Formats: sequence, C-alpha cells, structure tokens
Amino acid sequence: MTRGKAHKYGDHVDTDAIIPARYLMTTDPDELAEHCMEDIDIDFVKKVQPGDIIVAGKNFGCGSSREHAPIAIKAAGVSCVIAANFARIFYRNAFNIGLPIIEQPQAAAEIKVGDELEVDIDNGIIRDLTGGGEWTFSALKGPVADLIEAGGLVNLTRSKLGADG
Amino acid sequence: MSVSMSISEKLLARAAGVDAVRPGEFVTCKLDLVLANDITAPIAIDQFYEMGGREVFDRDKITLVADHSTPNKDIKSAQLVKKMRDFAAVQGLPNYFEGGGCGIEHILIPDEGLALPGDVIIGADSHTCTYGAVGAFSTGVGSTDAGAAMATGETWFRVPAGLKFVIEGSLGKWVGGKDIILYTIGQIGVDGALYKSMEFAGSAVRNLPMADRFTICNMAIEAGGKNGVIAPDATTEEYVKPRATRAYEMLASDEGADYEQVFAWKAEDIEPQISFPHLPENARGLSEVGEVNIDQAVVGACTNGRLEDLRIAAGVLSGRTVARGVRCIIIPGSHDIHLQATREGLVETFLSAGCMVSTPTCGPCLGGHMGVLADGERAIATTNRNFVGRMGHPGSEVYLANPAIAAASAVAGKICGPDDL
Repeated sequence: MTRGKAHKYGDHVDTDAIIPARYLMTTDPDELAEHCMEDIDIDFVKKVQPGDIIVAGKNFGCGSSREHAPIAIKAAGVSCVIAANFARIFYRNAFNIGLPIIEQPQAAAEIKVGDELEVDIDNGIIRDLTGGGEWTFSALKGPVADLIEAGGLVNLTRSKLGADG
Repeated sequence: MSVSMSISEKLLARAAGVDAVRPGEFVTCKLDLVLANDITAPIAIDQFYEMGGREVFDRDKITLVADHSTPNKDIKSAQLVKKMRDFAAVQGLPNYFEGGGCGIEHILIPDEGLALPGDVIIGADSHTCTYGAVGAFSTGVGSTDAGAAMATGETWFRVPAGLKFVIEGSLGKWVGGKDIILYTIGQIGVDGALYKSMEFAGSAVRNLPMADRFTICNMAIEAGGKNGVIAPDATTEEYVKPRATRAYEMLASDEGADYEQVFAWKAEDIEPQISFPHLPENARGLSEVGEVNIDQAVVGACTNGRLEDLRIAAGVLSGRTVARGVRCIIIPGSHDIHLQATREGLVETFLSAGCMVSTPTCGPCLGGHMGVLADGERAIATTNRNFVGRMGHPGSEVYLANPAIAAASAVAGKICGPDDL
C-alpha cells in the first residue's frame, strides 16, 4: 500500500521533459532526481514528497529510450505513476527497474492536482481520499508479471544466468 | 495451410523459433544485434555486471557507438565514453566505434553491414527502429533490457498489431521520405501507432532510395510505433550485398497478412512538411507555414545525415549565402559520409555558403552540444524531435523538416522552400 499526493500532467509527457538531455552526463539516481520534470514543472523537485504519485494523460514517457527517466522519477521519491497509457519503451523500463506504473485512463482523467491518493498495488485498487473516487486495475500477465514478481530485470536475469550455470 | 503473416510477424516468429506468431502473443527472440551508445551503455554495463554477467553472449553481436556527446563535450561525458571504451576492450568487442571512423549509430550501423535483412535487433536508443528499412525487426529499449540482452542474447516481445501505410503515386519536387513520415505522424498522431508495427509500402515507397527509407523507419517511434519496416527489394539488396559479411534473409509480408488498419496516402497530396513545436504530429504543408523567422538551421542527425541528404542541401545552398544572423550547421552522419562529401565538393559548397560543418555527432538534436539554443531562439532542423527544450533552453523552438527546406530556410532566414528563394 502506498500513499501520497497527486502531481498531475497532460498527454505525451516526453522523456526530455522528465529528464532533459543536458543532465544525462551522469548515471547517479540522486543527481538525476534533482532535475526530474524540470522543463515542464520547475518546482516539482521542491514540491514532491516521498510516496507522492505522478498522474498523467496518454502516452506518458514518449520519446527517447533513456532509462534515466524512470530512474529520476523513482529516485525523486515517487511511489508510482498512473497514466491513461504509457509509451512502450518507458513501459518496459519502468518494470525493469521496479518503478510501479498503472494504466487506468479513468483515474488519470478524474484525479485532481494535490489529491491524496492511496494505491493498493497488490489488490489493484486506486483510492482518491480527497475526491472520493475509487478505481480498479487488473494484474498484468506474461513477462511483465515475471518482472514484477522478481522485482525487476536485474534479479530476473541474475536468477536465469545462475540457473543456466 | 500455413498462416498468413506480415513481415514483422515473420521476423519475430523466425527469431523465436516458431512457425507463426499472432498479435498480442508473448515471444522470446534470439537477437542478431544489441546496441547502445555513450548515454545508454554506461547504465547497461552496470546492469550487465549487476545481473552476474561476465562475458557478452556473442562479441560480434554487440555494437557500441560513441555518438551522443562526442567529441566529448565535457569531463562527465568523457568519463561515460571511457566506461564504454573500457568495457569494449575488456569484452573484446570488434564493433566498438569512437573518433575517426565513427558516426551516428543509426547511420553507421547499417552502412557497416551490421544490421541486415531478417535480423531481430534491439538497441538502447529509441531510434533503433531505423533498421526496419533493410527488412529487420528492430526496436528501441532501455539500458537494463540492453544489459540483459548483452548477457543472454535474447529478449521478450509482445507481438505488435500491424498498421500498414500504402503510399501510391509520385512524390513532388522537394518531397522525400522525411515528408512521408511527418505527414503520416501528422495524420495519426504521436501515439497513433502506440505498441504497434508500422509497415510502409506502395509505389512511392518502392521508388525511394535507401536514405529516404531509413528516414521513414527512423521516425516510427515518433508515432509511438514499436517498429517501422519496409519489405526488402532490389534497392535494399543493392545496398546490403556489398556490406554484408554474414548470411541474410529477405522476407516479405504475405498477401493475406492481417493488419489492424491500412492507411492509403496519395503521394501527390504530400507537400514538404514542417512539424511545428512542440510535437512531431504538428505537421503542416509548406504552403500553410506563414512567416516563421529562424536563428539556426541544422542538417544532420540519424534522420537526415546521409550523403543523399547532404547532396540535396548542397544543391540548394550552392551559389547562395546563409542569411545574416542565421547559424547553419551541417553534420555528416559518419566519417565516411564526411569524407565522401568532401571529395564531392559538398563541404566546400557548405563552407562557401557560410555554413559550419561539424564532425559526426548527435549533438544539437538532443540539446547536447554543437548548436544549443537560447531562450526564445528558433531552429529548423532535419532532426526527429521538437519537444520542449529538445535542442536547448525550454523556451526555444524546433521546427522539423527535410534537408531541402532546412537549407532554403537558412538562406532566407525564415522557413521556406528552395523555389521561394
């Protein structure tokens, strides 16, 4: 169970907005987090509290493949991202590094800036404690379920390489 | 009777070792090439070791290219490149590229014969979809996926549903592959192909040289596509044959292949396209642009830094002068292209016109270096993205176009076509 305030954005939030390329000369998560969302929300880093949740429209994370984007979001303290849907590379990257992301278009549309949210990832429930809304989402299947189970691609591959000898 | 499949489905089925695949199905594919660059490789390398990786699965099937911040723009970028260089040395990778002989990865890799028809390729760079132009299934991933693939030689895919774009007819003067893809993105939107495969066909595509085909597939990601692909033909074979050092297989879509949607564009309807800030989908025909003054013009990037692109730009700039107050930056896509452009006199044409000619780099495309914009500045560029802050200050603007339009605009100081000069 995770709980935090909603930071809300529109459609097509691209990875240049999440972490501008001028800050990609490092792989340090904390350094990346200092510039998270900078070009579309200069105050994000000042406002964000551990556990907070990013809520956005469709195609979140479009553009560059930079894994620095979900890394920056995670290191900024964001507990999960709820969006109408996600760009496909960001989608893979988030599960690979263990940043929970949820596709729930209705929740993404109805949640308002600053709403206090509670997300029960195990049981697939989003509750808006401020607005009163409640939405469900279903568990993922296939390789993504394996990634979630293992806690990311590093763990999954480590066990695979170990098992293979 | 066997199942009818699209070329993308056939490529995935082949690499998964199964007879057929259907959209939505999960498959694990053997990879023919895994690539990364100086921004993405350092994380991939960390993750590779973190996973317990010791040796890469196949030294010949990993390609690392130092292109984004090179020639290294600062100490931090130099450290990242060093990390990649050291990894390539320790692992004994023959296909590590840096410095002279290097280039922008998506131009260099097919030119080196490292991406071939029939391949399944992943790369830690979103524009890895470029190699669909040779008839490969090729898509961008993040660093951790690339790191895992360097260790295991395989990755999983969800078989994408297919969108087919059939473009029939003859393209007009100053209209090329860039305009086809900008027009397409303008029609379907930046998420119009989300999670899907984009296949391009029809007489207008068949008649295009490889350079334009690469441009089209390069920007499939800008519509959200998983891959872009053009079935290989005689033009492909002519390009690939002298470059290939291993066997390849040219596949085609079956007659009865299933697509989620088929779009038909008339080539004659496509004007030179300009994508306005801040999304590639904001494409307008040149006649609808109006008065847009510019501070900078860039011809280059993995989208349009090929020799054919430079020839077009030089043709427009020949005997003309870049407008006062405009910086025109020409970036050949690889060392070999730079050399050939010099031999053909293109570089002299550019310099005589008042352009700057840079060594190959991704540089300005991502606001890295070699042409970063200040607040309020505007650029016309042959690059592939015009997001907020993409080429520099978040208050700057990027207009996407083909090389002829970018070159003409540099001369006029405002967005226009060569016929307006």
